[in-house]
Amino acid sequence: MSILVGKHTRLIVQGITGKEGQFHASQCQEYGTNLVGGVTPGKGGQQVLGVPVFDTVHQAVQETQANVSMIFVPPAFAADAIMEAAEAGIELIVCITEGIPVNDMVSAIQVVRSSGARLIGPNCPGIITPGEAKIGIMPGFIHKPGRVGVISKSGTLTYEAVNQLTELGIGQSTCIGIGGDPIIGSAYIDLLALFEADAGTDAVVMIGEIGGSLETDAANWIRDNMTKPVIGFVAGRTAPPGRRMGHAGAIVSGGEETAQAKAEIMESCGLYVAHTPATIGEQVAKALENKRNKFSGPAELSMVY
Amino acid sequence: MKIHEYQAKEILTKYDVPVPVGFVTDKLANVKDLVKKLPTKVSVVKAQIHAGGRGKGGGVKVAKTASEAHKHASDILGMQLVTHQTGPEGQKVRQILIEQGMNISKEYYLGLTLDRGTSKVTMIASTEGGMEIEKVAEENPELIIKTRVDIAAGLTSGNIRKMTAGLGFTDKNVQKKFAQFCKALYSVYMDMDCSLIEINPLVLTEEGELMALDCKINFDENALYRHPELSELRDESEEDPTELEAAGYGLNFIKLDGNVGCMVNGAGLAMGTMDIIKHYGGEPANFLDVGGTADADRVAKAFKIITSDPNVKAILVNIFGGIVRCDRVANGIVEAMKKSKLKVPLVVRLAGTNSEEALTILENSGVAIIPAKGIKDAAEKVVAAIK
Repeated sequence: MSILVGKHTRLIVQGITGKEGQFHASQCQEYGTNLVGGVTPGKGGQQVLGVPVFDTVHQAVQETQANVSMIFVPPAFAADAIMEAAEAGIELIVCITEGIPVNDMVSAIQVVRSSGARLIGPNCPGIITPGEAKIGIMPGFIHKPGRVGVISKSGTLTYEAVNQLTELGIGQSTCIGIGGDPIIGSAYIDLLALFEADAGTDAVVMIGEIGGSLETDAANWIRDNMTKPVIGFVAGRTAPPGRRMGHAGAIVSGGEETAQAKAEIMESCGLYVAHTPATIGEQVAKALENKRNKFSGPAELSMVY
Repeated sequence: MKIHEYQAKEILTKYDVPVPVGFVTDKLANVKDLVKKLPTKVSVVKAQIHAGGRGKGGGVKVAKTASEAHKHASDILGMQLVTHQTGPEGQKVRQILIEQGMNISKEYYLGLTLDRGTSKVTMIASTEGGMEIEKVAEENPELIIKTRVDIAAGLTSGNIRKMTAGLGFTDKNVQKKFAQFCKALYSVYMDMDCSLIEINPLVLTEEGELMALDCKINFDENALYRHPELSELRDESEEDPTELEAAGYGLNFIKLDGNVGCMVNGAGLAMGTMDIIKHYGGEPANFLDVGGTADADRVAKAFKIITSDPNVKAILVNIFGGIVRCDRVANGIVEAMKKSKLKVPLVVRLAGTNSEEALTILENSGVAIIPAKGIKDAAEKVVAAIK
């Protein structure tokens, strides 16, 4: 079991004829993802990686029954590509593109919401259900099928966490990079709710960073709604206030947005908190161990350490 | 991207937003003549730097006569202005704005920015003008009025009425002027892809005029490509020279105060690496995201940037190779080391694709590299190297 993507996924890639788009489409295909087509305006009728290229997402959906789209379109056109996918009835849109103007995303997010589609990203590594489907740019081989969900704003920091899990023999149900932009399609809470309902997930790792309030909102939601243990890490304790740390959204503009404040709120809401990126795997192992010996809820368990 | 107050006011003027009459100069000799061109006898001398909090730091002064203005200007021009946003070393004042004096009846705050929670453009106002809005929000949140704008509908009369009522404008004329003010501000925000506009304070004069006494505009870096004219407004002397050089190489670099240089791929892992250095007793000297291609050329440039800081006593390289293969990164590091001859200890941790081969390459390279396994081992080793 898993969330959002798996063997049922029928993937198209918007921007499949570009260098990056084609490379990553081939990597996803090699991993075993069911790639059914691609979209590049003006290149309809071609074949790439053994699948047909269409001029529009609408045509691609009609011809291939695609239900997931991965977007590799340059930043100036990416918001438009997201809206086209939503309009064409794609259920899950994964936008890898970095550097989309914020006002473009303000419009795109409204279109996505009114269409009922789900957007992951932009500016994210994508989503993977180990052993079933990879829709993104993450290295597939570090993952291992299993029962821990991962949600993260970061790319390589997620790989770091996943690698620790796999080395400890802990597999993953689904891993999602939600992206580090100020406007993103799916927040932690949206995905935590899916993991809570997923019979194939026992615990969830959430990796956050400075800026915004998504981590704080999620911690409060977890306290009130989540029965499965959640392990949290927040990057950026040493980040100076007012400076943008690489990701467009990673900037502290208020007291609640620091890594310390977020980690404290996570702890007070009963999450297991890793205080360095080196101990994320250990904390997950601890949480799973406590769950096996479980007598009470996660809030009490976190008092153990 | 940030711009100066006088530049922001030039933009407002184009949109018919009232601002005080003023002139910018970088020459002390011009000050007296400029003061004489103002419609009022009283003048205000304002330091033009990108950081906020200029008044408290002594960068804004009122003068009753032209010679007093000259005196203030001579104090301010060339000073290292320290504010809560500049850091302890301050920022050198290269230009000043000389403005007319105002008969202020009341000060307000008016701003536009993105509300990340709702993904909507939000107009923010407060009757507590001239103060730090973050402080007001913390101490008196009830004095902050917000209205969220639907991008498809634009700024509606309902949005404006909420602001008008919240600020307590009852005079019909003032209400009308305020509505125009809000609409113009929203047009600037949307037309120019701003990420922030702050009018603080917005003043109501005793003559019943609304005026932007101060103005701060930031632009969305991602949208600069559609506003080529804005590149002329960039003042590189306000930015850290090493950060500018790094940006020229396509490296994302931010200078910090510590002594452990770091080079990492990915922003999140870069922050995590800085954090763990601190956790084990070191202080990070920088944030540096080398991006997806850590080849010899980029590694060499990153080393050049990092070692230009004399405080750096050791360097930690932490690369998680996903699509990038670690053996290639290892070769890149060895090649860069042979060229650039680092004078400080270098700890290298490579994880991911072909990390075992990479370790062998580092161990057999003949150059002085301390290989590490895992992020904890790397942090401990680099901290040990500076002690």
